Amino acid sequence: MPYKSVPLFWRLKKPKYNLTGTKCTKCENVYFPPRNLCPACRRSGDIQELQLSGKGKILSYTIIRTPPEGFEHYVPYAVAIIRLDEGTNITGQVVGDIEKIRTGKRVRPVFRKMHEDGNDGLIHYGLKFELVD
Amino acid sequence: MQIGIVGYGAYVPKFRIGVDEIARVWKADSKTIRSGLLVDEKSVPDKDEDTITISVEAGRNALLRAGINPQDVGAVYIGSESHPYAVKPSGTVVADALNMGPELMVADFEFACKAGTAAIQCCYALVKSGEIKYGMAIGADCAQSKPGDALEYTAAAGGAAYIIGKNPLATLEGTYSYTTDTSDFWRREGSGYPSHGARFTGKPAYFKHVISATNELLSKLSMKPSDFNHAVFHMPNGKFPLKAAKSLGFSKEQLKHGMVVTKIGNCYSGSSLLGLSRILDNAKPGEKILMTSYGSGAGSDSFSFVVTDKILERANLAKKTDFYIKRKETIDYGTYVRLRKKLKGG
Ligand SMILES: [Zn+2]
Repeated sequence: MPYKSVPLFWRLKKPKYNLTGTKCTKCENVYFPPRNLCPACRRSGDIQELQLSGKGKILSYTIIRTPPEGFEHYVPYAVAIIRLDEGTNITGQVVGDIEKIRTGKRVRPVFRKMHEDGNDGLIHYGLKFELVD
Repeated sequence: MQIGIVGYGAYVPKFRIGVDEIARVWKADSKTIRSGLLVDEKSVPDKDEDTITISVEAGRNALLRAGINPQDVGAVYIGSESHPYAVKPSGTVVADALNMGPELMVADFEFACKAGTAAIQCCYALVKSGEIKYGMAIGADCAQSKPGDALEYTAAAGGAAYIIGKNPLATLEGTYSYTTDTSDFWRREGSGYPSHGARFTGKPAYFKHVISATNELLSKLSMKPSDFNHAVFHMPNGKFPLKAAKSLGFSKEQLKHGMVVTKIGNCYSGSSLLGLSRILDNAKPGEKILMTSYGSGAGSDSFSFVVTDKILERANLAKKTDFYIKRKETIDYGTYVRLRKKLKGG
């Protein structure tokens, strides 16, 4: 059985596995997901690939208790907006003891299963974040 | 030309369940079980962890220690008996996640608990022949066990990755394998849990292969047990390696650093390799290490390593094995059942 999402996941795999973003060397803005054109500098911008560390701090978070389909097994889980050290924001799931999650806490990246397409489908992997004690 | 381990990395999930807690549920005598197995607790993977995620974390630590360009890794072989897919190699995900692809050899290895050491032997041969600059060998598992089965007390999760190449932190001096058709433990395709020959797993299986491989390696290298500072044998429980060591002539002192089973259980393909990583964490230049794995079915791979002065600069470049062993959150049996998806329809 063909899965519709396979090509989409495959295209986004590099940034998802490795947090590869882009940086405009002219205005120093960092973009994730990566952008090919700097929205600030437009055509005078100069976009370069940038490897993000995945280290940063939690700006805001929410606890998901009513999950979308396919995520039932994971509840409750935390989704946070994280300010990366390189200076861009990223949304990601925070693993571990969700009781300890607070804004301002430091996180680092961990490689985890994101979700599974049922028992017969693909397993999707990517980066989540864990609290640095 | 010295070839050996240029980088290594460990990973163990943080959840633990105690032997006492499992015994409580099955109304078994936990004292007898604990003293019989010499295991206090075992590691349990989180809901979103599997052999692939464990391999990526261990591999990342190995790359940090080696300090090499991931693109210079020419082969990735992952040994496991719990590859998440029946068809689709774990190594493809790990190679991309660690930015080692696309120009490299990838294959998943299977040989019960010794597939990871078999992977080290292949990487060693490829480096020695000049085919590749570096090879990454990983042994990782999320071991499954039937609820109520004796294996449930020990079947754990964890893994370790080794980068083999020149300019090593531990030189591989020699390796020897001993293999026979012995059916002590198996799992058929499509079956969720393994089966085992109960008492048959001891004498003709574990002990015969571990002892034969170790003795043959020692005679091949003209060495004796007392030449080694450290030794690690596959740890299905705490008793078997102690007994094997004793009959081979190794002391408890030599086993000290490698005996990780008491606190994390049997990590299958990761077992002897996590013992080795903890030994390396504590090793000094010039020290000699013996490692013998065991895989049901059955076979053993024995290795002799000499630690070089590179260990001093590289050991601290990534999280040590004890970071993962000491970082823990204890769970009850109910949580364990949920995490391991042991409930039908759950
Ligand atoms: Zn710009």
